Amino acid sequence: MKTDQTFEHAMNTSIQRGVFLDKLFYHGTRIFAWAVLAVIVAILVSLFHGATPALRKFGLGFLVSTAWNPVTEDFGALVSIYGTLVTSVIAMLIGVPVSFGIALFITELCPVLLKRPIGIAIELLAAIPSIIYGMWALFVFAPLFGDYVQPWVSHNLGTLPLVGALFSGPPMGIGVLTAGIVLAIMVIPFMSAVIRDMFEVVPPVLKESAYALGATTWEVVGHVVLPYTKIGVVGGIMLGLGRALGETMAVTFVIGNANRIHTSLFMPGNTISSSLANQFTEAVGEMYKSSLIALGLILFLITFVVLAAAKFLLFRIAGQEGSRG
Amino acid sequence: MQRLRNVGLYRRRRFVNSLVLIASLGTTLFGLFWLLWLLWTLLSEGLRYLNLSIFHQATPPPGGTGGLGNAILGSIVLTVVGILIGAPAGVLAGTYLSEFARESRAASVIRFVNDILLSAPSIILGVFVYEVVVIHMGHFSGFAGSLALALIALPTVVRTTEDMLRLVPNALREAAAALGAPRWKVTIAIVFRAARSGILTGVLLAVARISGETAPLLFTALNNQFWSHSLNEPIANLPVVIFQFAMSPYEDWQHLAWAGAVLITLAILFINILVRLFLKTPKSRY
Repeated sequence: MKTDQTFEHAMNTSIQRGVFLDKLFYHGTRIFAWAVLAVIVAILVSLFHGATPALRKFGLGFLVSTAWNPVTEDFGALVSIYGTLVTSVIAMLIGVPVSFGIALFITELCPVLLKRPIGIAIELLAAIPSIIYGMWALFVFAPLFGDYVQPWVSHNLGTLPLVGALFSGPPMGIGVLTAGIVLAIMVIPFMSAVIRDMFEVVPPVLKESAYALGATTWEVVGHVVLPYTKIGVVGGIMLGLGRALGETMAVTFVIGNANRIHTSLFMPGNTISSSLANQFTEAVGEMYKSSLIALGLILFLITFVVLAAAKFLLFRIAGQEGSRG
Repeated sequence: MQRLRNVGLYRRRRFVNSLVLIASLGTTLFGLFWLLWLLWTLLSEGLRYLNLSIFHQATPPPGGTGGLGNAILGSIVLTVVGILIGAPAGVLAGTYLSEFARESRAASVIRFVNDILLSAPSIILGVFVYEVVVIHMGHFSGFAGSLALALIALPTVVRTTEDMLRLVPNALREAAAALGAPRWKVTIAIVFRAARSGILTGVLLAVARISGETAPLLFTALNNQFWSHSLNEPIANLPVVIFQFAMSPYEDWQHLAWAGAVLITLAILFINILVRLFLKTPKSRY
């Protein structure tokens, strides 16, 4: 009789302890999950807070002013925004077709034996830090580019109407075009891995049916794979764009750090991230620092929109996977 | 007549097809060309300047002799502290998303925000930590650097932990619950154990990611010419040293930068290959 009571008592305390620890565990994990949300809110708030002096002084004119003068404390974001957008556009113009081709090669063309090695090689290259790309660009790529490619390009394209202005000027090696190309080389592994994953989502039955009807490989890709994955592919491209916009080190080495907008892509420029990397620690005075933080805020908002759009598209294809596949 | 037209159409389709396939092969070779070139220069330049004194001497003044010892040590300290902050937080957050809030509204918001954080420009995190920590402490510090790295590790770990825990079959959880185990015990003793290699993968990939990050350290950990292991003062670290030395006009500094670059790359490739050989790799990385 007595042992029964102690047993029951022990049971009850054990259950109570279990309930208590359950609550502790639940709330413990919940706090950290919400911390992720808190981090992003905190980033926004602190950037806004830091940018306030500059935004109050320059207002919306900050976005369209090309000034950047630490001495007179007159700052504007246009040059950096322009550099960020132009380098990213160049990176996308080169990177998207190449990544697409690589993904196509891996999923449809490649001999089975090479499929895994090439896939792994590309994933490994996506893991190499961007500072390595930047350093290689500065020491190896830029000098060769300036010595051999740029003179040829400006000789052949520099005289054309309209386009010519983009490719004129002294061949210095470093500049906006170089930064864009390096950015492209850097995002290619990442984007091809994403697009390849998208292509592999397509149910083999769909492709096999098209092949059985006599379609060529290109027709299968164009009429089956692409329509099935297009939202996801666009999402993957946007993800790559998000990376390119915010990339710092690969660009900082070769962009030249000059606060001017030139028509020629050969000339040095600036991106938001390279301005921050080059000037933030040396910025003295509240207005200088605040203007740099305002640049950071603009970059954060741009990438936020691009990444959110990418997530939205990728989310839609993830939803499709269940219903169709 | 009809037959001839069909033959013509067939030829054209075959022609277009081979054109596209050649282009695809071409782009692959184009992509691999750059990347192999990069790796080749990195190895040939880096290994040439790699020697033992790199590991035990501190970074030299221009013209002097020295190594990267203090930067290597600093990088290890920053990465370890960063992962010690970021990984447990990430595992717990991932656990919440997978075990407690799977289909809820809150979970999808957190998941969305986490994915944004995953691809957000790392330099912004540097500015953020500068605003929040460096300004209040009044000086740059290793702690601020570690915190910035932790914020980069966090979303990676959250993402892989959630993905990996979701792969654990529900029958396991139900079996444990049927034996009377409370939820926390089910999660820790059964689910975590089943997903152990997956969680470890996430943590290791986060280590690989943060050990090469440069931008967030520029205005948090800064740099230090001397040996220092205090987290309360600026600390030397490989990425920032590489940046400063590579941008400098001194040739011996540039040589050290190459040696550092090859060290970082080899370490990161080593972790990635290790993960692929011995552990389960996560299906999605974005």
